[in-house]
Amino acid sequence: MVEALARSPTCGDVPNAPALSGTVDIENVSVVFGEGDKQHQAVTQTSLTIKAGEFVCILGPSGCGKSTLLNTVAGYVQPTVGQVLLDGVKVVKPGPDRGMVFQQYSLLPWKTVSENIAFGPRMAGKSRDESSALANTFLALVGLSKFSDRYPAELSGGMQQRVGIARALANYPSVLLMDEPFGALDSQTRLMMQENLLSIWTEFGTTVLFVTHDVDEAIFLADRVLVMSASPGQIIGDLEIPLQRPRAPEISADPVYIEKRTQCLSLIRKESLRAFEEQNS
Amino acid sequence: MSKVLNAGQAFLKPATEAQTTSDNATALPARMPAISDTPTDIRVMKPSQTRTQTEPDGRTEQQTALLPQDTSTPGQTAVTETTTRARLSPEQLNNLMISALALLAGIAVWHWATAQNLNFYINFENVPSPGKVFVAFTEHLRTEVFYVHIGVSMRRILISYCLAVLVGVFIGLLMGRIPFVRAFVMPYIEIVRPIPAVAWIPLAILMWPTEEASIIYITYLGALFPIVINTMHGVEQTPEVLVRAAKSLGASSFNIFWHIVLPAALPSIAAGLAIGMGVSWFSLLAGEIISGQYGIGYFTWNAYSLINYQDIVVGMLVIGFLGTLSTLFVKSLTRPFLRWQEKAR
Repeated sequence: MVEALARSPTCGDVPNAPALSGTVDIENVSVVFGEGDKQHQAVTQTSLTIKAGEFVCILGPSGCGKSTLLNTVAGYVQPTVGQVLLDGVKVVKPGPDRGMVFQQYSLLPWKTVSENIAFGPRMAGKSRDESSALANTFLALVGLSKFSDRYPAELSGGMQQRVGIARALANYPSVLLMDEPFGALDSQTRLMMQENLLSIWTEFGTTVLFVTHDVDEAIFLADRVLVMSASPGQIIGDLEIPLQRPRAPEISADPVYIEKRTQCLSLIRKESLRAFEEQNS
Repeated sequence: MSKVLNAGQAFLKPATEAQTTSDNATALPARMPAISDTPTDIRVMKPSQTRTQTEPDGRTEQQTALLPQDTSTPGQTAVTETTTRARLSPEQLNNLMISALALLAGIAVWHWATAQNLNFYINFENVPSPGKVFVAFTEHLRTEVFYVHIGVSMRRILISYCLAVLVGVFIGLLMGRIPFVRAFVMPYIEIVRPIPAVAWIPLAILMWPTEEASIIYITYLGALFPIVINTMHGVEQTPEVLVRAAKSLGASSFNIFWHIVLPAALPSIAAGLAIGMGVSWFSLLAGEIISGQYGIGYFTWNAYSLINYQDIVVGMLVIGFLGTLSTLFVKSLTRPFLRWQEKAR
């Protein structure tokens, strides 16, 4: 609660995003893909609650089911067992209340940057003017006002992802779902984007569910890191990150940061050793 | 001729320089204060409010920091725009020259072969020289009937092609979107597509009430298949991540079709339309063998019957030119919808 205050004195003022919306309940969710012999259990009996306004990172090696878990919240994947609730309402399909940022560039290449951001508001039935005004506002938020009339292909990867974030936010979602959004960026750009995201989140106060395989990224960003293991796709660690905000890159020298990092790494290491032994037995 | 060819090349030519606006670390740090210094922006973000952007000092700082990137891109954009519209780049001029020289060389070889009465496996003894063909052509330009031939053919192309576009795009979209339709229609397409236009002549005459209708039918079939197939593939190539993104932005099925699937398929559809136009011309020639009166295909066929060698070549070249011109016309019609793609390269 103290964090929440320090983080965002203005979050209550954001229109259409009343405080305390954005609570995600994942209840006993299992996801099974395929049938018969090819059956693959991506997520196994996972339950967790993400508080409104919380920044949660799901950390795990590739193929551990973390994206699948995120996709159940997004509504792209239906849990085989269990259910996902957003503010008490069951998730059945994708919707604008859950803004999605993808790893691959997912802007519409035939729409300008501004049209891309205005797309959500347009779909929500807002007028052209209203939508483009919203687009301008959010473009300013990610610092790309000058690029509003460009096509996505004219922007660098980092810029495209910022537009992607702006586009997701333009619908005032109660949760922002991010699936390794900075995975394809070079490490410097990545650091900038992380800080950038934190400051946007500070203003916005939305719940963020962020999937990554990068330990440092997870600890730098999150209030809480969930470590996920491959086969059978379960959460094996739930770490609070009590680092103060705002955070700068220098925080990686903080003893708490180092402690948490070591914890995460040992969890992952134990897990991969186990997986390794399993493969060799 | 060379100009025409070169314009075609300009269309096909990949963009000069890929625009890689590097997101380098030097440009970005200045942005950070900009963002954290603008909480006011967020609070005025009422949807109803129109662009009220108070620009705090942080913003100007950030803009100057981004300026190097910013100035580089519009310059390049401007270059691409001028080249696609009016002025030619040195590179394009160069290509134009090469094409012109290639054509001149071709004509020279043709002239030489006919002047020598070359008979070395291929026999040029009865082939008219370029000079004779040119004379015949200018004579025809002075007769009214020549224009009637061309006009009649153009009209047939126009009708057949428009029908093929309407039907082809519609079926192609359905096939790309609905697996049932695809499975149902595909065998027909696979079987009917390899049948050459000429093979359709007897049946077309039997089936259709008028000669005109059978010619149009044959021409239409030629254009139809490339359009259907390309449209279908275009629809199938829609990136799934874009559909997902649109879903999470609240787009309905119709809007996903209109804003995602259709634009994603457009480059492929445009290619199909251009190919279809070319194919419709050579189907037309087959169709016009049926006709007893007019059309540039009839003109060519008739010249052969009358053993008028110059006119055969005149007819062939006219078909070649008209085919090229109409394909370019189709491309120029679709190009405005694909502008985003030029920037993407």
